[in-house]
Amino acid sequence: MKKSRIGSWIYIVLCMIFLYAPILVLIVFSFNESKSRAFFTGFTFKWYQQLFENELIMTSLFNSLLIALLASVISAVVGTMAAVGISKFGKRARGVIMNVTYLPVLNPEIVTGISMMLLFVYFKNLFGFRLGFGTVLVAHITFCLPYVILNVLPKLRQMDQSLFEAALDLGCNPLLAFFKVVIPQIMPGITAGFLMAFTISLDDFVVTYFTSGSGFKMLPVTIYSMVKKKVNPQINALSTIIFLIVLALLVIMNVVEARRAKRLKQN
Amino acid sequence: MKAKSKFAAVPYLVWMLIFILVPLGMVIFFGFTTTGGEFTFDNFTGIVKYAHVFWKSIYLSVIATLICLVLGFPLGFLMSRMSEVGQRTMLMLIMLPMWMSFLLRTYGWMTLLENEGLINKFLELFGIGPFTMINTQGAVVLGMVYNYLPFAIMPLHSIMVKIDKSVIEAAQDLGANGFHVLIKVLIPLSIPGIITAITMVFVPSVSTFIISRMLGGGQNMLIGDLIEQQFLGSVYNPNVGSSMSLILMVIILIIMGIINHFDDEEMEGMLV
Repeated sequence: MKKSRIGSWIYIVLCMIFLYAPILVLIVFSFNESKSRAFFTGFTFKWYQQLFENELIMTSLFNSLLIALLASVISAVVGTMAAVGISKFGKRARGVIMNVTYLPVLNPEIVTGISMMLLFVYFKNLFGFRLGFGTVLVAHITFCLPYVILNVLPKLRQMDQSLFEAALDLGCNPLLAFFKVVIPQIMPGITAGFLMAFTISLDDFVVTYFTSGSGFKMLPVTIYSMVKKKVNPQINALSTIIFLIVLALLVIMNVVEARRAKRLKQN
Repeated sequence: MKAKSKFAAVPYLVWMLIFILVPLGMVIFFGFTTTGGEFTFDNFTGIVKYAHVFWKSIYLSVIATLICLVLGFPLGFLMSRMSEVGQRTMLMLIMLPMWMSFLLRTYGWMTLLENEGLINKFLELFGIGPFTMINTQGAVVLGMVYNYLPFAIMPLHSIMVKIDKSVIEAAQDLGANGFHVLIKVLIPLSIPGIITAITMVFVPSVSTFIISRMLGGGQNMLIGDLIEQQFLGSVYNPNVGSSMSLILMVIILIIMGIINHFDDEEMEGMLV
Protein backbone atom coordinates (compact mmCIF):
# COMPACT_ATOMS: atom_id res chain seq x y z
CA MET A 1 0.00 0.00 0.00
CA LYS A 2 2.73 2.41 1.03
CA LYS A 3 4.70 1.63 -2.08
CA SER A 4 1.81 2.42 -4.41
CA ARG A 5 1.25 5.73 -2.65
CA ILE A 6 4.86 6.75 -3.29
CA GLY A 7 4.39 5.65 -6.90
CA SER A 8 1.29 7.84 -7.17
CA TRP A 9 3.12 10.88 -5.93
CA ILE A 10 6.02 10.31 -8.30
CA TYR A 11 3.51 10.12 -11.16
CA ILE A 12 1.75 13.32 -10.09
CA VAL A 13 5.07 15.16 -9.75
CA LEU A 14 6.19 13.97 -13.20
CA CYS A 15 2.92 15.21 -14.74
CA MET A 16 3.41 18.57 -13.05
CA ILE A 17 6.97 18.80 -14.33
CA PHE A 18 5.63 18.13 -17.83
CA LEU A 19 2.99 20.85 -17.47
CA TYR A 20 5.27 23.46 -15.95
CA ALA A 21 8.66 22.81 -17.60
CA PRO A 22 8.14 25.14 -20.58
CA ILE A 23 6.67 27.87 -18.37
CA LEU A 24 9.54 27.62 -15.93
CA VAL A 25 12.04 27.89 -18.76
CA LEU A 26 10.32 31.01 -20.07
CA ILE A 27 10.38 32.60 -16.62
CA VAL A 28 14.02 31.78 -15.89
CA PHE A 29 15.25 33.06 -19.24
CA SER A 30 13.24 36.27 -18.94
CA PHE A 31 15.96 37.37 -16.50
CA ASN A 32 18.81 36.27 -18.72
CA GLU A 33 21.34 38.91 -19.70
CA SER A 34 22.01 37.54 -23.19
CA LYS A 35 19.58 36.39 -25.85
CA SER A 36 20.76 32.80 -25.46
CA ARG A 37 18.03 30.32 -24.71
CA ALA A 38 20.40 27.65 -23.43
CA PHE A 39 22.92 29.43 -21.18
CA PHE A 40 22.20 31.73 -18.31
CA THR A 41 24.80 34.47 -18.53
CA GLY A 42 23.63 36.98 -15.95
CA PHE A 43 20.67 38.56 -14.24
CA THR A 44 18.82 41.50 -15.77
CA PHE A 45 15.47 43.29 -15.85
CA LYS A 46 16.13 44.91 -19.22
CA TRP A 47 13.66 42.71 -21.17
CA TYR A 48 10.89 43.86 -18.85
CA GLN A 49 11.84 47.45 -19.44
CA GLN A 50 11.89 46.91 -23.20
CA LEU A 51 8.54 45.17 -22.97
CA PHE A 52 6.87 48.14 -21.33
CA GLU A 53 8.45 50.46 -23.86
CA ASN A 54 7.24 48.28 -26.74
CA GLU A 55 4.41 50.31 -28.19
CA LEU A 56 3.07 47.52 -30.37
CA ILE A 57 2.63 45.17 -27.41
CA MET A 58 1.09 47.84 -25.22
CA THR A 59 -1.41 48.86 -27.93
CA SER A 60 -2.27 45.21 -28.56
CA LEU A 61 -2.76 44.61 -24.84
CA PHE A 62 -5.05 47.62 -24.61
CA ASN A 63 -7.07 46.46 -27.64
CA SER A 64 -7.37 42.94 -26.26
CA LEU A 65 -8.56 44.15 -22.87
CA LEU A 66 -11.04 46.56 -24.47
CA ILE A 67 -12.47 43.91 -26.79
CA ALA A 68 -12.66 41.34 -23.98
CA LEU A 69 -14.48 43.79 -21.71
CA LEU A 70 -16.96 44.95 -24.38
CA ALA A 71 -17.57 41.45 -25.73
CA SER A 72 -18.16 39.94 -22.30
CA VAL A 73 -20.44 42.74 -21.09
CA ILE A 74 -22.53 42.72 -24.27
CA SER A 75 -22.76 38.93 -24.35
CA ALA A 76 -23.66 38.86 -20.64
CA VAL A 77 -26.62 41.19 -21.29
CA VAL A 78 -27.78 39.69 -24.59
CA GLY A 79 -27.06 36.15 -23.39
CA THR A 80 -29.05 36.56 -20.17
CA MET A 81 -32.00 37.96 -22.12
CA ALA A 82 -31.68 35.07 -24.55
CA ALA A 83 -31.61 32.50 -21.74
CA VAL A 84 -34.77 33.97 -20.21
CA GLY A 85 -36.50 33.86 -23.59
CA ILE A 86 -35.23 30.38 -24.48
CA SER A 87 -36.49 28.92 -21.18
CA LYS A 88 -40.01 29.99 -22.19
CA PHE A 89 -39.91 28.24 -25.57
CA GLY A 90 -41.48 24.83 -26.17
CA LYS A 91 -39.33 21.72 -26.02
CA ARG A 92 -38.76 21.32 -29.75
CA ALA A 93 -37.96 24.98 -30.47
CA ARG A 94 -35.62 25.01 -27.49
CA GLY A 95 -33.84 21.93 -28.81
CA VAL A 96 -33.22 23.57 -32.20
CA ILE A 97 -31.98 26.81 -30.61
CA MET A 98 -29.66 24.94 -28.25
CA ASN A 99 -28.17 22.98 -31.13
CA VAL A 100 -27.30 26.23 -32.89
CA THR A 101 -25.95 27.59 -29.59
CA TYR A 102 -23.60 24.62 -29.27
CA LEU A 103 -22.26 25.09 -32.82
CA PRO A 104 -19.52 27.63 -32.02
CA VAL A 105 -18.54 25.62 -28.94
CA LEU A 106 -18.23 22.30 -30.76
CA ASN A 107 -17.06 23.45 -34.19
CA PRO A 108 -13.30 23.62 -34.65
CA GLU A 109 -12.19 27.19 -34.03
CA ILE A 110 -10.62 27.46 -37.46
CA VAL A 111 -14.01 26.78 -39.10
CA THR A 112 -15.69 29.47 -36.96
CA GLY A 113 -12.85 31.80 -37.91
CA ILE A 114 -12.92 31.27 -41.67
CA SER A 115 -16.71 31.23 -41.87
CA MET A 116 -16.88 34.66 -40.21
CA MET A 117 -14.05 35.88 -42.38
CA LEU A 118 -16.06 34.89 -45.47
CA LEU A 119 -19.05 36.88 -44.19
CA PHE A 120 -16.98 39.93 -43.25
CA VAL A 121 -15.12 39.95 -46.55
CA TYR A 122 -18.47 39.74 -48.36
CA PHE A 123 -19.83 42.69 -46.34
CA LYS A 124 -16.59 44.54 -46.89
CA ASN A 125 -16.92 44.27 -50.65
CA LEU A 126 -20.56 45.30 -50.38
CA PHE A 127 -20.29 48.28 -48.04
CA GLY A 128 -16.60 49.08 -48.22
CA PHE A 129 -15.36 49.03 -44.61
CA ARG A 130 -12.20 47.48 -43.22
CA LEU A 131 -11.69 44.43 -41.08
CA GLY A 132 -10.67 45.59 -37.62
CA PHE A 133 -12.17 46.64 -34.32
CA GLY A 134 -15.79 46.12 -35.39
CA THR A 135 -15.36 42.70 -36.98
CA VAL A 136 -13.26 41.41 -34.07
CA LEU A 137 -15.84 42.63 -31.56
CA VAL A 138 -18.69 40.97 -33.49
CA ALA A 139 -16.73 37.72 -33.76
CA HIS A 140 -15.88 37.71 -30.05
CA ILE A 141 -19.48 38.41 -29.00
CA THR A 142 -20.56 35.52 -31.21
CA PHE A 143 -18.33 32.91 -29.58
CA CYS A 144 -18.86 34.38 -26.07
CA LEU A 145 -22.68 34.29 -26.16
CA PRO A 146 -23.03 30.48 -25.88
CA TYR A 147 -20.93 30.41 -22.69
CA VAL A 148 -23.21 32.96 -21.01
CA ILE A 149 -26.36 31.11 -22.08
CA LEU A 150 -25.00 27.72 -21.01
CA ASN A 151 -24.20 29.17 -17.56
CA VAL A 152 -27.47 31.07 -17.07
CA LEU A 153 -29.97 28.46 -18.31
CA PRO A 154 -29.36 25.94 -15.48
CA LYS A 155 -29.79 28.72 -12.89
CA LEU A 156 -33.14 29.66 -14.44
CA ARG A 157 -34.21 26.04 -14.29
CA GLN A 158 -33.22 25.74 -10.60
CA MET A 159 -35.11 28.92 -9.74
CA ASP A 160 -38.40 28.70 -7.92
CA GLN A 161 -40.99 30.08 -10.37
CA SER A 162 -43.45 30.86 -7.57
CA LEU A 163 -41.14 33.58 -6.21
CA PHE A 164 -41.62 35.56 -9.40
CA GLU A 165 -45.38 35.02 -9.23
CA ALA A 166 -45.41 36.04 -5.57
CA ALA A 167 -43.75 39.33 -6.50
CA LEU A 168 -46.43 39.89 -9.14
CA ASP A 169 -49.17 39.11 -6.63
CA LEU A 170 -47.67 41.62 -4.24
CA GLY A 171 -48.14 44.28 -6.88
CA CYS A 172 -44.76 44.36 -8.61
CA ASN A 173 -44.88 45.00 -12.34
CA PRO A 174 -43.25 42.20 -14.39
CA LEU A 175 -40.16 44.20 -15.34
CA LEU A 176 -39.44 45.29 -11.77
CA ALA A 177 -40.14 41.75 -10.54
CA PHE A 178 -37.63 40.49 -13.07
CA PHE A 179 -34.89 42.84 -11.85
CA LYS A 180 -35.73 42.45 -8.14
CA VAL A 181 -36.42 38.72 -8.00
CA VAL A 182 -35.11 36.84 -11.04
CA ILE A 183 -31.81 38.63 -11.64
CA PRO A 184 -30.48 38.22 -8.06
CA GLN A 185 -31.24 34.50 -8.22
CA ILE A 186 -29.49 33.87 -11.53
CA MET A 187 -26.61 36.27 -10.78
CA PRO A 188 -24.06 33.50 -10.04
CA GLY A 189 -24.72 32.08 -13.52
CA ILE A 190 -24.38 35.49 -15.16
CA THR A 191 -21.13 36.16 -13.32
CA ALA A 192 -19.69 32.76 -14.23
CA GLY A 193 -20.69 33.27 -17.87
CA PHE A 194 -19.25 36.77 -17.92
CA LEU A 195 -15.91 35.63 -16.45
CA MET A 196 -15.70 32.71 -18.86
CA ALA A 197 -16.49 35.00 -21.79
CA PHE A 198 -13.87 37.52 -20.64
CA THR A 199 -11.06 34.97 -20.32
CA ILE A 200 -11.93 33.16 -23.54
CA SER A 201 -12.07 36.45 -25.43
CA LEU A 202 -8.76 37.62 -23.97
CA ASP A 203 -7.04 34.36 -24.87
CA ASP A 204 -8.57 33.73 -28.28
CA PHE A 205 -6.08 33.52 -31.10
CA VAL A 206 -7.63 31.58 -33.99
CA VAL A 207 -10.88 33.51 -34.57
CA THR A 208 -9.13 36.83 -33.96
CA TYR A 209 -6.40 35.88 -36.43
CA PHE A 210 -8.94 35.42 -39.22
CA THR A 211 -11.17 38.40 -38.45
CA SER A 212 -8.81 41.20 -37.41
CA GLY A 213 -7.43 42.18 -40.82
CA SER A 214 -3.99 43.73 -40.97
CA GLY A 215 -4.36 47.08 -39.21
CA PHE A 216 -5.96 46.18 -35.90
CA LYS A 217 -3.56 44.53 -33.43
CA MET A 218 -4.71 42.11 -30.75
CA LEU A 219 -2.31 40.68 -28.17
CA PRO A 220 -2.43 36.97 -29.18
CA VAL A 221 -1.85 37.85 -32.84
CA THR A 222 1.04 40.16 -31.89
CA ILE A 223 2.52 37.36 -29.76
CA TYR A 224 2.23 35.05 -32.74
CA SER A 225 4.09 37.42 -35.03
CA MET A 226 6.80 37.80 -32.36
CA VAL A 227 7.08 34.06 -31.82
CA LYS A 228 7.47 33.51 -35.56
CA LYS A 229 10.64 35.58 -35.51
CA LYS A 230 11.87 33.26 -32.76
CA VAL A 231 14.46 34.79 -30.43
CA ASN A 232 12.99 37.67 -28.48
CA PRO A 233 13.37 37.65 -24.69
CA GLN A 234 10.54 40.19 -24.39
CA ILE A 235 8.22 37.24 -25.01
CA ASN A 236 9.68 35.58 -21.92
CA ALA A 237 9.12 38.72 -19.85
CA LEU A 238 5.54 38.94 -21.09
CA SER A 239 4.95 35.25 -20.25
CA THR A 240 6.26 35.77 -16.73
CA ILE A 241 3.96 38.71 -16.10
CA ILE A 242 0.91 36.90 -17.51
CA PHE A 243 1.76 33.82 -15.46
CA LEU A 244 1.98 35.83 -12.24
CA ILE A 245 -1.34 37.60 -12.91
CA VAL A 246 -3.11 34.31 -13.67
CA LEU A 247 -1.55 32.70 -10.60
CA ALA A 248 -2.70 35.55 -8.37
CA LEU A 249 -6.24 35.47 -9.82
CA LEU A 250 -6.58 31.71 -9.42
CA VAL A 251 -5.29 31.77 -5.84
CA ILE A 252 -7.69 34.57 -4.89
CA MET A 253 -10.60 32.76 -6.54
CA ASN A 254 -9.77 29.53 -4.73
CA VAL A 255 -9.40 31.19 -1.35
CA VAL A 256 -12.74 32.95 -1.79
CA GLU A 257 -14.35 29.70 -2.91
CA ALA A 258 -12.83 27.71 -0.02
CA ARG A 259 -14.05 30.29 2.50
CA ARG A 260 -17.54 30.20 1.08
CA ALA A 261 -17.61 26.40 1.21
CA LYS A 262 -16.43 26.52 4.82
CA ARG A 263 -19.12 29.02 5.75
CA LEU A 264 -21.79 26.89 4.09
CA LYS A 265 -20.60 23.89 6.07
CA GLN A 266 -20.72 25.80 9.35
CA ASN A 267 -24.27 26.91 8.67
CA MET B 1 -46.27 37.80 -19.61
CA LYS B 2 -44.96 34.39 -20.52
CA ALA B 3 -45.50 34.93 -24.20
CA LYS B 4 -43.88 38.35 -24.01
CA SER B 5 -40.68 37.21 -22.32
CA LYS B 6 -39.99 34.95 -25.28
CA PHE B 7 -39.13 38.13 -27.19
CA ALA B 8 -36.10 38.61 -24.94
CA ALA B 9 -34.42 35.92 -27.03
CA VAL B 10 -35.02 37.73 -30.32
CA PRO B 11 -31.79 39.79 -30.43
CA TYR B 12 -29.81 36.62 -29.77
CA LEU B 13 -31.66 34.60 -32.37
CA VAL B 14 -31.13 37.28 -35.02
CA TRP B 15 -27.47 37.54 -34.03
CA MET B 16 -26.89 33.79 -34.29
CA LEU B 17 -28.70 33.63 -37.61
CA ILE B 18 -26.46 36.32 -39.14
CA PHE B 19 -23.15 35.41 -37.54
CA ILE B 20 -23.34 31.62 -37.11
CA LEU B 21 -25.77 30.13 -39.60
CA VAL B 22 -25.20 32.48 -42.55
CA PRO B 23 -21.36 32.14 -42.34
CA LEU B 24 -21.63 28.35 -42.21
CA GLY B 25 -23.99 28.49 -45.15
CA MET B 26 -21.38 30.56 -46.96
CA VAL B 27 -18.73 27.92 -46.27
CA ILE B 28 -20.98 25.32 -47.88
CA PHE B 29 -21.77 27.64 -50.81
CA PHE B 30 -18.10 28.54 -51.41
CA GLY B 31 -17.09 24.89 -51.11
CA PHE B 32 -19.31 23.92 -54.00
CA THR B 33 -18.72 26.88 -56.31
CA THR B 34 -15.99 28.32 -58.52
CA THR B 35 -14.57 31.80 -57.95
CA GLY B 36 -17.18 32.97 -60.46
CA GLY B 37 -20.00 31.49 -58.37
CA GLU B 38 -20.86 28.51 -60.59
CA PHE B 39 -21.61 25.10 -59.14
CA THR B 40 -18.69 22.67 -59.19
CA PHE B 41 -17.12 19.65 -57.51
CA ASP B 42 -13.62 20.63 -58.63
CA ASN B 43 -12.69 22.04 -55.23
CA PHE B 44 -13.12 18.60 -53.71
CA THR B 45 -11.46 16.61 -56.49
CA GLY B 46 -8.54 19.05 -56.36
CA ILE B 47 -7.97 18.22 -52.70
CA VAL B 48 -7.13 14.59 -53.51
CA LYS B 49 -3.50 15.59 -53.97
CA TYR B 50 -3.47 16.68 -50.31
CA ALA B 51 -4.85 13.35 -49.07
CA HIS B 52 -1.56 12.58 -47.27
CA VAL B 53 -1.93 15.80 -45.23
CA PHE B 54 -5.40 14.75 -44.15
CA TRP B 55 -4.18 11.29 -43.17
CA LYS B 56 -1.27 12.73 -41.26
CA SER B 57 -3.56 15.10 -39.33
CA ILE B 58 -5.87 12.28 -38.34
CA TYR B 59 -2.98 9.95 -37.51
CA LEU B 60 -1.11 12.45 -35.33
CA SER B 61 -4.20 13.65 -33.51
CA VAL B 62 -5.38 10.08 -32.81
CA ILE B 63 -1.96 9.35 -31.29
CA ALA B 64 -2.11 12.56 -29.25
CA THR B 65 -5.62 11.70 -28.05
CA LEU B 66 -4.55 8.20 -26.98
CA ILE B 67 -1.51 9.55 -25.10
CA CYS B 68 -3.73 12.12 -23.34
CA LEU B 69 -6.09 9.35 -22.24
CA VAL B 70 -3.27 7.12 -21.01
CA LEU B 71 -1.63 10.00 -19.12
CA GLY B 72 -4.84 11.62 -17.95
CA PHE B 73 -6.69 8.53 -16.71
CA PRO B 74 -4.37 7.67 -13.79
CA LEU B 75 -4.03 11.34 -12.88
CA GLY B 76 -7.80 11.85 -12.93
CA PHE B 77 -8.23 8.77 -10.74
CA LEU B 78 -5.55 9.75 -8.23
CA MET B 79 -7.10 13.22 -7.99
CA SER B 80 -10.58 11.81 -7.46
CA ARG B 81 -9.34 9.95 -4.37
CA MET B 82 -7.87 13.07 -2.74
CA SER B 83 -9.37 15.28 -0.04
CA GLU B 84 -11.48 18.24 -1.14
CA VAL B 85 -8.63 20.68 -0.61
CA GLY B 86 -6.28 18.37 -2.48
CA GLN B 87 -8.64 18.12 -5.42
CA ARG B 88 -9.12 21.86 -5.58
CA THR B 89 -5.37 22.47 -5.45
CA MET B 90 -4.70 19.89 -8.16
CA LEU B 91 -7.40 21.34 -10.43
CA MET B 92 -5.88 24.76 -9.96
CA LEU B 93 -2.41 23.46 -10.81
CA ILE B 94 -3.74 21.83 -13.96
CA MET B 95 -5.79 24.84 -15.06
CA LEU B 96 -3.10 27.41 -14.39
CA PRO B 97 -1.03 26.70 -17.53
CA MET B 98 -4.23 26.64 -19.60
CA TRP B 99 -4.93 30.25 -18.74
CA MET B 100 -1.69 31.37 -20.33
CA SER B 101 -1.73 31.89 -24.06
CA PHE B 102 -0.97 28.56 -25.73
CA LEU B 103 1.34 30.43 -28.09
CA LEU B 104 3.62 31.33 -25.19
CA ARG B 105 3.66 27.80 -23.79
CA THR B 106 4.36 26.30 -27.18
CA TYR B 107 7.16 28.84 -27.55
CA GLY B 108 8.52 27.45 -24.29
CA TRP B 109 8.64 24.00 -25.84
CA MET B 110 10.47 25.38 -28.88
CA THR B 111 13.16 26.56 -26.47
CA LEU B 112 13.37 23.17 -24.82
CA LEU B 113 13.38 21.03 -27.95
CA GLU B 114 15.78 23.00 -30.16
CA ASN B 115 18.95 21.36 -31.38
CA GLU B 116 20.85 23.83 -29.20
CA GLY B 117 18.04 23.74 -26.64
CA LEU B 118 17.99 22.89 -22.97
CA ILE B 119 17.12 19.21 -23.26
CA ASN B 120 20.00 18.57 -25.62
CA LYS B 121 22.35 20.62 -23.43
CA PHE B 122 21.22 18.59 -20.43
CA LEU B 123 21.73 15.27 -22.21
CA GLU B 124 25.16 16.43 -23.35
CA LEU B 125 26.27 16.40 -19.71
CA PHE B 126 25.81 12.63 -19.78
CA GLY B 127 27.41 12.31 -23.17
CA ILE B 128 24.13 11.49 -24.95
CA GLY B 129 22.77 13.10 -28.07
CA PRO B 130 22.26 15.63 -29.49
CA PHE B 131 18.88 14.51 -30.80
CA THR B 132 16.84 16.23 -33.47
CA MET B 133 13.57 16.84 -31.67
CA ILE B 134 12.14 20.02 -33.07
CA ASN B 135 10.52 19.98 -36.53
CA THR B 136 9.55 16.31 -36.22
CA GLN B 137 6.18 14.58 -36.05
CA GLY B 138 6.98 13.65 -32.47
CA ALA B 139 7.29 17.31 -31.53
CA VAL B 140 3.89 18.05 -33.08
CA VAL B 141 2.30 15.22 -31.08
CA LEU B 142 4.05 16.48 -27.96
CA GLY B 143 2.65 19.96 -28.57
CA MET B 144 -0.87 18.56 -28.95
CA VAL B 145 -0.57 16.42 -25.81
CA TYR B 146 0.86 19.30 -23.84
CA ASN B 147 -1.78 21.82 -24.88
CA TYR B 148 -4.83 19.58 -24.58
CA LEU B 149 -3.94 17.22 -21.70
CA PRO B 150 -5.79 19.41 -19.15
CA PHE B 151 -8.93 19.11 -21.31
CA ALA B 152 -8.65 15.32 -20.90
CA ILE B 153 -7.87 15.33 -17.17
CA MET B 154 -10.81 17.51 -16.15
CA PRO B 155 -13.71 15.43 -17.53
CA LEU B 156 -11.97 12.22 -16.40
CA HIS B 157 -11.58 13.61 -12.89
CA SER B 158 -15.14 14.90 -12.68
CA ILE B 159 -16.61 11.54 -13.70
CA MET B 160 -14.30 9.50 -11.43
CA VAL B 161 -15.18 11.60 -8.38
CA LYS B 162 -18.60 10.01 -8.67
CA ILE B 163 -17.23 6.44 -8.49
CA ASP B 164 -17.85 5.26 -4.95
CA LYS B 165 -14.89 3.81 -3.08
CA SER B 166 -17.07 0.88 -2.01
CA VAL B 167 -17.59 -0.20 -5.63
CA ILE B 168 -13.84 -0.66 -6.02
CA GLU B 169 -13.57 -2.38 -2.65
CA ALA B 170 -16.43 -4.70 -3.54
CA ALA B 171 -14.62 -5.74 -6.71
CA GLN B 172 -11.44 -6.35 -4.73
CA ASP B 173 -13.32 -8.37 -2.10
CA LEU B 174 -14.74 -10.51 -4.87
CA GLY B 175 -11.20 -11.33 -5.93
CA ALA B 176 -10.49 -8.85 -8.71
CA ASN B 177 -6.85 -7.81 -9.02
CA GLY B 178 -5.76 -4.29 -9.94
CA PHE B 179 -5.95 -4.97 -13.67
CA HIS B 180 -9.46 -6.39 -13.45
CA VAL B 181 -10.65 -3.49 -11.32
CA LEU B 182 -9.38 -1.18 -14.04
CA ILE B 183 -10.89 -3.09 -16.97
CA LYS B 184 -14.16 -4.20 -15.40
CA VAL B 185 -14.97 -1.35 -13.03
CA LEU B 186 -13.06 1.89 -13.52
CA ILE B 187 -13.05 2.14 -17.31
CA PRO B 188 -16.71 1.14 -17.86
CA LEU B 189 -17.87 3.61 -15.21
CA SER B 190 -15.76 6.39 -16.73
CA ILE B 191 -16.97 6.00 -20.32
CA PRO B 192 -18.85 9.35 -20.45
CA GLY B 193 -15.76 11.15 -19.15
CA ILE B 194 -13.53 9.30 -21.60
CA ILE B 195 -15.77 10.34 -24.50
CA THR B 196 -15.74 13.99 -23.43
CA ALA B 197 -11.96 13.77 -23.06
CA ILE B 198 -11.57 12.33 -26.57
CA THR B 199 -13.72 15.10 -28.05
CA MET B 200 -11.90 17.83 -26.15
CA VAL B 201 -8.48 16.61 -27.32
CA PHE B 202 -9.20 15.31 -30.80
CA VAL B 203 -11.18 18.25 -32.23
CA PRO B 204 -8.61 20.97 -31.45
CA SER B 205 -5.71 18.64 -32.35
CA VAL B 206 -6.98 17.69 -35.78
CA SER B 207 -7.76 21.31 -36.68
CA THR B 208 -4.66 23.04 -35.26
CA PHE B 209 -2.40 25.04 -37.50
CA ILE B 210 -0.15 26.73 -34.98
CA ILE B 211 1.29 23.77 -33.11
CA SER B 212 2.30 22.11 -36.35
CA ARG B 213 3.86 25.32 -37.62
CA MET B 214 5.77 26.12 -34.44
CA LEU B 215 6.96 22.65 -33.51
CA GLY B 216 6.74 20.81 -36.83
CA GLY B 217 8.66 23.23 -39.02
CA GLY B 218 7.66 23.45 -42.66
CA GLN B 219 7.50 19.75 -43.44
CA ASN B 220 4.74 18.73 -41.04
CA MET B 221 1.72 20.47 -42.53
CA LEU B 222 -1.70 19.58 -41.16
CA ILE B 223 -5.26 20.25 -42.39
CA GLY B 224 -5.37 23.48 -40.39
CA ASP B 225 -2.25 24.77 -42.17
CA LEU B 226 -3.76 23.98 -45.56
CA ILE B 227 -6.97 25.84 -44.71
CA GLU B 228 -5.10 28.80 -43.27
CA GLN B 229 -3.03 29.09 -46.45
CA GLN B 230 -6.17 29.29 -48.57
CA PHE B 231 -7.47 32.25 -46.57
CA LEU B 232 -4.49 34.20 -45.30
CA GLY B 233 -1.54 32.60 -47.05
CA SER B 234 0.03 33.10 -50.42
CA VAL B 235 -2.54 30.98 -52.28
CA TYR B 236 -5.71 32.95 -51.60
CA ASN B 237 -8.57 30.66 -52.61
CA PRO B 238 -11.57 30.70 -50.25
CA ASN B 239 -13.43 28.19 -52.42
CA VAL B 240 -10.84 25.45 -51.98
CA GLY B 241 -10.40 26.51 -48.36
CA SER B 242 -14.12 26.15 -47.74
CA SER B 243 -14.27 22.69 -49.23
CA MET B 244 -11.29 21.68 -47.06
CA SER B 245 -13.16 23.00 -44.00
CA LEU B 246 -16.20 20.97 -44.99
CA ILE B 247 -14.08 17.83 -45.23
CA LEU B 248 -12.56 18.63 -41.83
CA MET B 249 -16.05 18.91 -40.31
CA VAL B 250 -17.10 15.63 -41.92
CA ILE B 251 -14.00 13.87 -40.55
CA ILE B 252 -14.81 15.13 -37.05
CA LEU B 253 -18.47 14.08 -37.38
CA ILE B 254 -17.47 10.58 -38.53
CA ILE B 255 -14.96 10.06 -35.72
CA MET B 256 -17.38 11.42 -33.12
CA GLY B 257 -20.07 9.14 -34.56
CA ILE B 258 -17.81 6.10 -34.19
CA ILE B 259 -16.99 7.01 -30.59
CA ASN B 260 -20.59 7.64 -29.60
CA HIS B 261 -21.56 4.34 -31.18
CA PHE B 262 -18.97 2.68 -28.97
CA ASP B 263 -20.61 4.37 -25.99
CA ASP B 264 -24.00 2.85 -26.81
CA GLU B 265 -22.51 -0.62 -27.14
CA GLU B 266 -20.76 -0.30 -23.81
CA MET B 267 -24.00 0.75 -22.20
CA GLU B 268 -25.81 -2.26 -23.65
CA GLY B 269 -22.98 -4.52 -22.57
CA MET B 270 -23.27 -3.19 -19.05
CA LEU B 271 -26.97 -3.91 -18.91
CA VAL B 272 -26.49 -7.56 -19.88
